[in-house]
Amino acid sequence: MATATATRGGLTATSPAAVGRRGRGLLVGLAVALVMVLVWEGVKFLGGTPWRAPLAQPGSPILWNPPFRWAFANDLNLPHVWNILLTFGEPFQRGADRSVAQFLFDAAVYTWREAAIGFVIGALIGLVLATLFVHSRLLERALVPYVVASQTVPIIALAPLIVFAFGANVMSVVVIATYLTFFPVTIAMIRGLRSFDPRALELMRSYAATRTTIYRRLRLPASLPYLFTALKIAATASVVGAIIGEGPGGIANGLGRVIITYNQYYITGPEKLWAAIIASGLLGIAFYGLVVAIERLALRGRRPAEA
Amino acid sequence: MTDPSPRAAQQTGPVVRVSGVDKTFRRGDRAVTKALEAIDLDIARGEFVSLIGPSGCGKSTLLRIVGDLTSPSTGTVTVNGKTAEQARRDRDYGMVFQAPVLFDWRTVEDNVKLPLEILGWDAARRASRAREMLDLVELGEFVKHHPFQLSGGMQQRVAIARALAFEPSILLMDEPFGALDEMTRERMNGEVLRIWERTGTTILFVTHSIPEAVFLSSRVVVMSARPGRITTIVDIDLPRPRTDETRESRRYFELVTAVREALRAGGAELDDRGTVGPGSDASIERTIAEGAVG
Repeated sequence: MATATATRGGLTATSPAAVGRRGRGLLVGLAVALVMVLVWEGVKFLGGTPWRAPLAQPGSPILWNPPFRWAFANDLNLPHVWNILLTFGEPFQRGADRSVAQFLFDAAVYTWREAAIGFVIGALIGLVLATLFVHSRLLERALVPYVVASQTVPIIALAPLIVFAFGANVMSVVVIATYLTFFPVTIAMIRGLRSFDPRALELMRSYAATRTTIYRRLRLPASLPYLFTALKIAATASVVGAIIGEGPGGIANGLGRVIITYNQYYITGPEKLWAAIIASGLLGIAFYGLVVAIERLALRGRRPAEA
Repeated sequence: MTDPSPRAAQQTGPVVRVSGVDKTFRRGDRAVTKALEAIDLDIARGEFVSLIGPSGCGKSTLLRIVGDLTSPSTGTVTVNGKTAEQARRDRDYGMVFQAPVLFDWRTVEDNVKLPLEILGWDAARRASRAREMLDLVELGEFVKHHPFQLSGGMQQRVAIARALAFEPSILLMDEPFGALDEMTRERMNGEVLRIWERTGTTILFVTHSIPEAVFLSSRVVVMSARPGRITTIVDIDLPRPRTDETRESRRYFELVTAVREALRAGGAELDDRGTVGPGSDASIERTIAEGAVG
């Protein structure tokens, strides 16, 4: 038998072509960021507040006077990109010795821990529910509508109730992150645990395999691509949930509190709120990236997805 | 059991005995399809029996009834003196389907180990048996490859190695080479015969290719469609071992003609390659409709 047919496609994603693709992806991503900055500053160039030196106080010399005055583009609503970036190096509040960057980093790590605990618990709950549902049509028909309904309630309305039930502590925040995670995992895994080749089930039947064996050796491994798709959605949702939950939960150390505080002092330092927004975004991306890295490890050796 | 080899411990008599089997598919209360009618068939130990017939004649359904993947509406199936269900629970069957049905996430070696894991073999025994089987199908160099890196013919050989790994007493093959090109198919036919001769296993083989059925079998069971019935059984008295020369012998052509005429008599339409229309996976869909899949 011809052995030449045996090595179709690379086994890992680190072939030169893949590296080239990823490098190009990074370049395009940076180009998009550059375009966004240009549009942002372009709008300010046309209709923003008169331009002054970076981090300058009001009253310092004007460097550029835009021809128009648009309210949405003034320094309060749309601070200069460089001022937002420079504010990361400033003290996080007057007289503090820690910078905004350090302060936001610590807050992000704290929030991530809450989100991650909720994420793990939520993923487990989703997995258990989906496992029940694929083994019992009755349970699926009876309970899935409630699972869906649970997500139609805005988290803003639900968060105070959860805090009321679990107390104003980290527990409530974890519950909110859990609540946002279990849903995508449940829905995706109902599909994923049924995504195996039906002929593989006949094969397992011919081995007289038990339900447990079929679950462990066929259903679960076949469902992993679905699981990771759900986990990627859940990773970002759990971060949002934790940030929102920190407000009513009365958590002082996380990004949620930082955002509320910087919101209150927006008039005197709008750049700080924007910095906190960037930090939240980066946290979501980092968590997402972690899930992608685990996915790569877990799915290596499988047929690469079609482009 | 005093004899360590399960194959030697089994009693004599037919490995498979099908008697009076009917199969009727129902959709709701009405719309009845009679897939099989009055099937009687005995298969002796070590035989190579092919089922051939037009699509919709129920040949795959018959194979699946023997393998207890679906049950007959009436009649009985006995395998090694047991019910088909007991035989399945005793792991008497090795199954090979038209598609290799390999697990993407397992290496070639680990795919062959799958039934051995389910049977609870220890790791060392699993590893040595998997090697042995992959050497048998001449894929010893590809143990660490993943299925998608192999050609269709190689994947099907992995499936055969997997089916043989736990020494089932009967191998059920449902159009195993139907998806392969003609050249690969002929080579695979040679491989299957070599393996069959070395292992002495009993094979029930579904095909829609007349040359394939004649080349491989000791008996060819010809079926007609709607309802599926056995019309003729052709004894294939070609000498063994069968080689490329077998395919050029006068007796081979006579037998091919005999099978073709039996098929025509049963109302089948043939194309010029001696193929009886493609098989289908309809029976699997029926299994799902019957609620066998959770």
